[in-house]
Amino acid sequence: MLKIEGLTAAVDGKPILKGIDLAVPAGEVHAVMGPNGSGKSTLAYVLAGREGYEVTGGSATWDGLDLLALEPEERAAAGLFLAFQYPVELPGVGNATFLRTALNAIRRARGEPELDAMQFLRLARERLRALSMPEEMLKRSVNVGFSGGEKKRNEILQMALLRPRLAVLDETDSGLDIDALRIVADGVNAMRGPDFTALVITHYQRLLDHIVPDRVHVLVGGRIVRSGGPELARELEREGYAALQAQAA
Amino acid sequence: MPAVNETLETVQSVTQGTYKWGFETDIEMEFAPKGLNEDIIRFISRKKGEPEWLLEWRLRAFKAWQAMSEPRWAAVKYPPIDYQDAYYYAAPKRRPKSLDEVDPELLKTYAKLGIPLKEQEWLAGVTTSPDGTARAPVAVDAVFDSVSVATTFKERLEKDGIIFCSISEAVREHPELVRRYLGSVVPPADNFYSALNSAVFTDGSFVYIPKGVRCPMELSTYFRINAKSTGQFERTLIIAEAGSHVSYLEGCTAPMRDENQLHAAVVELVAHDEATIKYSTVQNWYPGDAEGRGGIYNFVTKRGACRGARSKISWTQVETGSAITWKYPSCILQGPDSVGEFYSVAITNNFQQADTGTKMIHLGPRTRSTIISKGISAGHGQNTYRGLVRISPKAVGARNFTQCDSLLIGDRCGAHTVPYIENRCMSAKVEHEATTSRIAEDQLFYCRSRGLSEEDAVGLIVNGFCREVLKELPMEFAVEAQKLLQISLEGSVG
Ligand SMILES: Nc1ncnc2c1ncn2[C@@H]1O[C@H](COP(=O)(O)OP(=O)(O)O)[C@@H](O)[C@H]1O
Ligand SMILES: [Mg+2]
Repeated sequence: MLKIEGLTAAVDGKPILKGIDLAVPAGEVHAVMGPNGSGKSTLAYVLAGREGYEVTGGSATWDGLDLLALEPEERAAAGLFLAFQYPVELPGVGNATFLRTALNAIRRARGEPELDAMQFLRLARERLRALSMPEEMLKRSVNVGFSGGEKKRNEILQMALLRPRLAVLDETDSGLDIDALRIVADGVNAMRGPDFTALVITHYQRLLDHIVPDRVHVLVGGRIVRSGGPELARELEREGYAALQAQAA
Repeated sequence: MPAVNETLETVQSVTQGTYKWGFETDIEMEFAPKGLNEDIIRFISRKKGEPEWLLEWRLRAFKAWQAMSEPRWAAVKYPPIDYQDAYYYAAPKRRPKSLDEVDPELLKTYAKLGIPLKEQEWLAGVTTSPDGTARAPVAVDAVFDSVSVATTFKERLEKDGIIFCSISEAVREHPELVRRYLGSVVPPADNFYSALNSAVFTDGSFVYIPKGVRCPMELSTYFRINAKSTGQFERTLIIAEAGSHVSYLEGCTAPMRDENQLHAAVVELVAHDEATIKYSTVQNWYPGDAEGRGGIYNFVTKRGACRGARSKISWTQVETGSAITWKYPSCILQGPDSVGEFYSVAITNNFQQADTGTKMIHLGPRTRSTIISKGISAGHGQNTYRGLVRISPKAVGARNFTQCDSLLIGDRCGAHTVPYIENRCMSAKVEHEATTSRIAEDQLFYCRSRGLSEEDAVGLIVNGFCREVLKELPMEFAVEAQKLLQISLEGSVG
């Protein structure tokens, strides 16, 4: 279970998260929705441990483990995965090398044997097929020259390989056409089960037609202002955030 | 050269653990008396049983050297070197007559360095790459301090008419070739260090590839400085006859000491019509400790002459070691349509200083050159790319492309790019691109969020930065070079 209590965080000394309370029981998928600038990515970065995102109060635990006390790589080893809103380019670093290095780092941390190049390639091909991605994705430099959609799919490929127990997907739907959206959603749905917990951050309800969440939370101005079932997403789609923003202000 | 001369105990205590080649071999050695004078040169020449002409050649070089002064234009700083306070000859006392007689201590030394000197071991596939696959055999010339202690696969290579031996042996067995080519690319008085090397050079490798022969395996020389207070003055000469092809690799390591030791090498390459020489270096001399004590001064003159039409010389270097690197592997492009290439990765961490680059001298028509330089600075490291592209009036249609990229890790290091372009030919085209970047915080975070430690993340990003150069290395060595880059940067983050 992911448990966030009274979490506050600042960037450049400016308070962004103003007291987040959120609990995602193991095996559930929750959506976090909210207007631009409401602090969705900040929440994701704080959970993943990005430098410069200063936690000023509260806690975040994962199955009782204090996430905030860990280095980013230790959080990854504990099973956390963040799909970036803006995936980062690594010039000259082959996607296959990157994925294998990451997978082996995680496997090492879990006490599992590392995969050699051949074993990795077999696994990667299988995952690529499942995501309808071409194999040449592996040969290119990480995210360099990728289209917006390719970058997002590459994030899902990483998730499918690393098999996290807790995933935070930050606007993985933005910039995707409907086919790509379905592929991404299928990728997430394929992982659903008692050992997979996820926080799906999105601006639009569209994604949630494909990944039906157990709960929906609305983040406005650094606070969760409403929570509800999947129907809340459709309500927001109809009525927009304006009313909630006015209420929060 | 020993700025500080302390006891072995002190030396061992400064071991900071990241330089994994810093051990010493305990073996009975023979030294020339300390210092540098004509008698020492006669001593060296006598030890090697050299002909009179070579002794004369050395003495002329020594005279020239005495009249010269150390170059000071490079962007490196070091205390004055006392050339009299060093040994110019150090050799293991027991000299093997064949591979089977090589001192077991030496075999152990090279085995520890990952360089088997037993041909059977290569052939049996005992030697494996870091990824566990069997490596293709590589012929090795092992130079230990002042002498070559073993050369492998000589007989196999002789079948193709290839000569691969120490330069000392070449002087004895193939004097006509040595006499014709020695100093023909780098004249003894070319510069201060080449003159010093010409006077006192002790050993190095000699390669001769006959007409039309494609060398069937990688050739390599492994240089090891072991003795204290000893300079290493290697001399390497590679000749590729018309239509031949050779790929040669040089590797270097030294024990960790808190004195500075001098390595002043001269390497000459000659490529005739349509010949190709690929020369790769993985330089890993002891770089000094984290405070900048000790390390090798690597003052090297490397030059290749593309004498024939459509000949090609390609230098690839991965420079991770040495306290100071002063080195400009160059190409003289004489033959029409000849090609020169320089691919370089230079890393400076802690207090290392590197002033390195190349010279591409275009003399013949339609000659082409490519320069790709990747400089990485971390800690207090200072990294300078210095490159000359000269196009003579006769080099019509000549082309050069230069790309210099610098990567900074931390904010106490420096990167400098000093390109000199002298174009005296209207129809020539010279392009120069340069970038300086830092490892971005978002790149590090992205990698760490995938489970990579900060150091592994830096290693991965740096290897990506160097990919264009690393892909030029022979497959066999690329993996090792990648590991080396990572090790060299240990302690540079966090
Ligand atoms: N690195 C940063 N530097 C300065 N301000 C930032 C930074 N990241 C986010 N912010 C600010 O924090 C607020 C929330 O941003 P963000 O978490 O990206 O929102 P969302 O993902 O919901 O669009 C915004 O006002 C944004 O300007
Ligand atoms: Mg965002």
